[in-house]
Amino acid sequence: MSGNDVWVLGGGVICGIGNNVPECIAAFRQMKPGMTTMQYLTSAHRDSFPVVEVKADNATLAVKSGLPAHISRTALLSAIAVKEAWESAKLGNIREYRVGLVSANTVGGMDKTEDFFAEYLQDNQSGRLRDVVNHECGSITELVADTLGIRHHVSTISTACSSSANAIMYGARLLKNHLVDVVIAGGTDALTRFTLNGFNTLMILDQQACRPFDDTRTGLNLGEGAGYIVMVSDAIAQKMDIHPWCKLTGYANANDAYHQTASSPDGIGNYLAMQQAMQMAGITPEDMSYINLHGTGTLNNDLSEGTAIQRLFGNAVPPASSTKSFTGHTLGASGGIEAVFAALAVKEGYLYPNAQFSHQMKELSFSPVTSFSEGNVINNVMSNSFGFGGNCSSLVFSKENS
Amino acid sequence: MDSTGLNITGSVAIRNNRIYRNNVVIWEAGEDQPLPDFLRAAYDHFSGQYPKFHKMDHLSKLGWLAAEVLLQHRPFTGYAPEEVGLVLANRSASLDTDLRYFDSIKEFPSPALFVYTLANIVMGEISIRHGFKGENVFFTSDRYDETLLMNYTKQLLTEGAVSAVLCGWVEVMGSEYEVILHQIEK
Amino acid sequence: MENLMATLKAQIVEQLNLQEVKPEDIGDDMPLFKDGLGLDSIDALELIVLLQQHYRIRIANPEQGPEIFHSVRSIANFITAHQQQNQ
Repeated sequence: MSGNDVWVLGGGVICGIGNNVPECIAAFRQMKPGMTTMQYLTSAHRDSFPVVEVKADNATLAVKSGLPAHISRTALLSAIAVKEAWESAKLGNIREYRVGLVSANTVGGMDKTEDFFAEYLQDNQSGRLRDVVNHECGSITELVADTLGIRHHVSTISTACSSSANAIMYGARLLKNHLVDVVIAGGTDALTRFTLNGFNTLMILDQQACRPFDDTRTGLNLGEGAGYIVMVSDAIAQKMDIHPWCKLTGYANANDAYHQTASSPDGIGNYLAMQQAMQMAGITPEDMSYINLHGTGTLNNDLSEGTAIQRLFGNAVPPASSTKSFTGHTLGASGGIEAVFAALAVKEGYLYPNAQFSHQMKELSFSPVTSFSEGNVINNVMSNSFGFGGNCSSLVFSKENS
Repeated sequence: MDSTGLNITGSVAIRNNRIYRNNVVIWEAGEDQPLPDFLRAAYDHFSGQYPKFHKMDHLSKLGWLAAEVLLQHRPFTGYAPEEVGLVLANRSASLDTDLRYFDSIKEFPSPALFVYTLANIVMGEISIRHGFKGENVFFTSDRYDETLLMNYTKQLLTEGAVSAVLCGWVEVMGSEYEVILHQIEK
Repeated sequence: MENLMATLKAQIVEQLNLQEVKPEDIGDDMPLFKDGLGLDSIDALELIVLLQQHYRIRIANPEQGPEIFHSVRSIANFITAHQQQNQ
């Protein structure tokens, strides 16, 4: 163990392919993506766009999370994944540590706010104010921290689809500066009519299951969920009898500085994030074992990301896949969910499949991995998260002894 | 250097329709001028040469203006694009624009408005205007926690992630707004 | 045709919030994107909304955008062709 390492001890996920990590891995193993007609969200677009919903109503999620059912689904999902993450880390009583919770989200309590407005617009006496008081992104994190008894450090990050990855970066820095002993970092976002309408107006929703990195791709499917990893600093790791999944060895964030929503054609922001994260991890392109792509399935993202990857890796692109072909795009949660998958890939030697792939992209020389495998030699994994606002992040997870 | 140990090379605040640079009022409009008119007048005064400004939401306009006021006075020179970062925070995220977009859904949902329903787009606008490609982070918290933002900026500088930072608070909800932006260099 | 193009220019300035452009500054054949008027992909989506809102024409495939929205004249031609088709 060298001076300033950050160790990943566990993770938790709830998303459209599983209510916990083992269920998600089973879905990959059985090639079962989670796209369906919407069942829990009410929308005029019900029959137009498949979505990847968490397969449970709010009452069921409330029981699992320990929060009341009238609370925003964003908070319910968060609490469930945070609990799983904490339990998997096997650290015992959370109150015995200085714990920080760094959580990302982009929609806040929008699901409740839109219900409020639907009633309010019909009759301005009838909306329930209780539904809007927890709208702000920050109050979702506070709610979850309170339920778990986390008091030392609580913060919320909102940088679009790279929010969770940025939360993990921030969490790692809290540890490196000894501000807390343990960090739970990741993010959450529930599916809402608001986001569905918005992505529809941007005309980037696929009417079928999305096809990331496929030449025939036409857009993304929206998903929902939450994902968190538990990290500790080197100093704490030395004192405890721990069995870490892996280390977080590199991270970087860069701004594409091109357009509010579109990625630059050469993916300069993507390139800078990946290149700087690898530099921090002290590895070269040939050391990379697997890339968990941002891979939304839009024409623009996959081309920019692919172009940046080819520039960085040349003709030797490592195995790569987009797990959004199973989970859909969970927006602010995606970086957290995919960080759990990436960290677990290092621990178990997993390579995740990219579903719905059949046509090689003309502009690229590589194609994604299409079947699940385990027991591979995985030393370093990169997880990409690129968001609107040009916000590009890459994380690198590495084997303990690398 | 000040007590934070950071080299703060400039500060701007925008509140009550006044723009302060380094604690001195450098421009003001009537206090009862509505926010959209104030923003347009400030744009005409300080720039007038960036038509995309008019497409931005209030949050982006406020952040963009603050950056303009700082950087016109003292540009970041000698830094590579990837060495300049942004550390911002606010209370309401993009709620002000979320509600406007919500309103547009009733007739024709506007894609141009939806684009701004994320808090961090203001950082994208500043980065596009000035070509900054360094690290960006956006916190949402109840109040302006200057210590948190300054400490994080210090961390980024120490770690070498960036060499220059715009750091502060950009909040707007309805007619209520406040901007505090610091220019910090290694 | 001339009337339709004049109306379109005013609608474009309004819809895209081009506060520093006057409708008469837009040439009939001036490219709307890139080097011409400098519109971007989000503006293209707003133009799709404009056609839907004012002309009841629905464009489902954004890939058609560059051809239809090349200039004010190409938009006018598209609208006219669409209206004749529906008569």
